[in-house]
Amino acid sequence: MPDPILVFVEQRDGKIKRPSLEAVSEASRLAKASGTSVSAAIVGSDVQALAADIGKAGAEKVYVIDDPRFKRYAAEGYAKAVVEAMRRAGATRLFLAATAMGKDLAPTIAGLTGSAVATDCTELKLDGDRLIGRRPVCAGKLFADVAFKKSPGIYTLRPNVFPQSRDGSATPAVETLRLEASDADSRSPVKDVVATAAGKVELTEASIVVSAGRGLSAPEHFKMRDELAAVLGAAVGASRAVVDAGWRPHAEQVGQTGKTVSPNLYIAIAVSGAIQHLAGMSSSKVIVAINKDADAPIFKIANYGIVGDAFEVVPALTEELKRVLHH
Amino acid sequence: MILAVCIKRVPDTNARPQVAPDGKSINPQGIEWVINPYDEFAIEEALRLKEKAGTGEVVGVSVDPDGNESILRKALAMGVDRGILVKGGSMFDGAVTAELLAGVLKNVKADLILFGKQAVDSDSYQVPSLVAHHLGLPRANVVTKLEIQGTKAVCRRQIEGNEELLELSTPCIVSCQKGLNEPRYPSLKGIMAAKKKPLEVLEAPPIEARIEILKMEPPPPRPPGRIVGKGREAVPELVRLLREEAKVI
Ligand SMILES: Cc1cc2nc3c(=O)[nH]c(=O)nc-3n(C[C@H](O)[C@H](O)[C@H](O)COP(=O)(O)OP(=O)(O)OC[C@H]3O[C@@H](n4cnc5c(N)ncnc54)[C@H](O)[C@@H]3O)c2cc1C
Ligand SMILES: Nc1ncnc2c1ncn2[C@@H]1O[C@H](COP(=O)(O)O)[C@@H](O)[C@H]1O
Repeated sequence: MPDPILVFVEQRDGKIKRPSLEAVSEASRLAKASGTSVSAAIVGSDVQALAADIGKAGAEKVYVIDDPRFKRYAAEGYAKAVVEAMRRAGATRLFLAATAMGKDLAPTIAGLTGSAVATDCTELKLDGDRLIGRRPVCAGKLFADVAFKKSPGIYTLRPNVFPQSRDGSATPAVETLRLEASDADSRSPVKDVVATAAGKVELTEASIVVSAGRGLSAPEHFKMRDELAAVLGAAVGASRAVVDAGWRPHAEQVGQTGKTVSPNLYIAIAVSGAIQHLAGMSSSKVIVAINKDADAPIFKIANYGIVGDAFEVVPALTEELKRVLHH
Repeated sequence: MILAVCIKRVPDTNARPQVAPDGKSINPQGIEWVINPYDEFAIEEALRLKEKAGTGEVVGVSVDPDGNESILRKALAMGVDRGILVKGGSMFDGAVTAELLAGVLKNVKADLILFGKQAVDSDSYQVPSLVAHHLGLPRANVVTKLEIQGTKAVCRRQIEGNEELLELSTPCIVSCQKGLNEPRYPSLKGIMAAKKKPLEVLEAPPIEARIEILKMEPPPPRPPGRIVGKGREAVPELVRLLREEAKVI
């Protein structure tokens, strides 16, 4: 069979991360188009039961690497586990979601297999027997089509770009793999996970993002952003000006030196639309801008804009959404 | 304590890079080049650790296809003690860069090797972990807090919504994220001193390319922006459009 694909499926605390299922779905789509197979590898402690969801997304086979030492993420051990699964599956292509874990793990696998990583792909296409990854460079100011000169090809897939499928089998073949004791050892194990923003919707995975900028003029005014986000079940973002002023933590910064997001809906409140901010969000499907300056650059890329004072428009928008969405 | 910092020359983030006539690289014409913003955090952290220790050396290493010295000179002006410039390699093939860096770093014998979390041109997040692999060292990426305790590096790294805590034994590799520190500007005295600091230039040995760039192009243009209206009165229409036209809520 030509070029089987293996997908690393990320779980944290026994829950599969949605972007991994998007990656399985995309792998399954490509495999159907090229007559090859898709398997998945899941690594952790007590993760056997997760195979069904991975099957539904399109994996025909799931390799389970269950080890108490893998309860928390451990780069080198996880990497060796995935390489072992690739060997068993005969996989020449590896997909991972471009999450914090996926981006951390992929280059260590590349090291073990003598390859490199095509990071944050937004499109994958077959050209004969080559699999080309389209990926943003310079924070999306340009896109590059990348192919691998030798196998394996390692691709990380940007969350929220590839649709998740659910028509696979809930009973995929399952094979448990054991690692040699020494192989499960890691030089860089995670010792602890410290909660910083429990309960919030994660920016890079959210389907709606509400961001605000310096135009809100003081940290206490970000409440209006948060209230709008709450009505929409959205994640919150900020411009760098706001982060540098210390009004909001850097984890909320969107842009070239912050997070890159591609939600279905991005609402920018009192953000001017500097090139570095646009770089982080201009691949959003629909962009709404609220700004009192009709000439603000953000309006050039906004699908819908309202020229007006955020202090007036945002609370009105929140009320209107409450009215139409919650009855 | 010997500290190494890996520094990449990248297009200024204000630049709107254009595709070169070959259709698969960035046109260098008219671009202003700067130190990769994340590498400034790495430089600053190395300088602070040396200052705190009261002794030591900070070595800056850069791989640059054009063999351009400018950003290493700026790093020297910030306070880095010496530079090693490897002429050659590739702007986008992280595996090639990592092999070249590892080749130099194995002779530097640093206690700590600092990187930026990501180069803002290649955006590939892979060089630090690949170098760690080649040198057999532990590593922590996207670090916002670093503390050296004897032979241990205690790192906090950013993940979705949370932070991971790692304790690595030195020597080790750390890639730096914004929030770690506030990088300094070079002083006039630093700029003068930098001219006399040692900067060694090496020719890159040939290294097998792992990837090939077939094409580069700007993203498709977004449809021209549309103003729905002014002020509070435009809100109901906006909500209607989001529901009925865009169907996103
Ligand atoms: C190396 C580098 C990296 C950078 N990386 C990033 C990045 O990752 N992300 C990022 O965002 N920026 C980044 N920047 C900064 C960027 O250049 C801008 O300075 C920043 O995005 C501006 O933030 P802002 O839009 O909130 O503020 P401003 O540019 O000050 O805009 C405020 C806007 O609010 C509007 N406004 C004011 N009052 C109101 C009101 N009452 N109602 C409605 N609208 C109002 C104004 O008309 C204006 O358009 C970077 C810069 C550099 C040099
Ligand atoms: N050509 C280079 N020279 C020196 N350091 C580099 C080079 N390329 C990448 N790096 C380092 O690796 C980090 C991550 O880059 P990347 O993996 O390309 O996103 C950068 O922030 C630098 O610290």
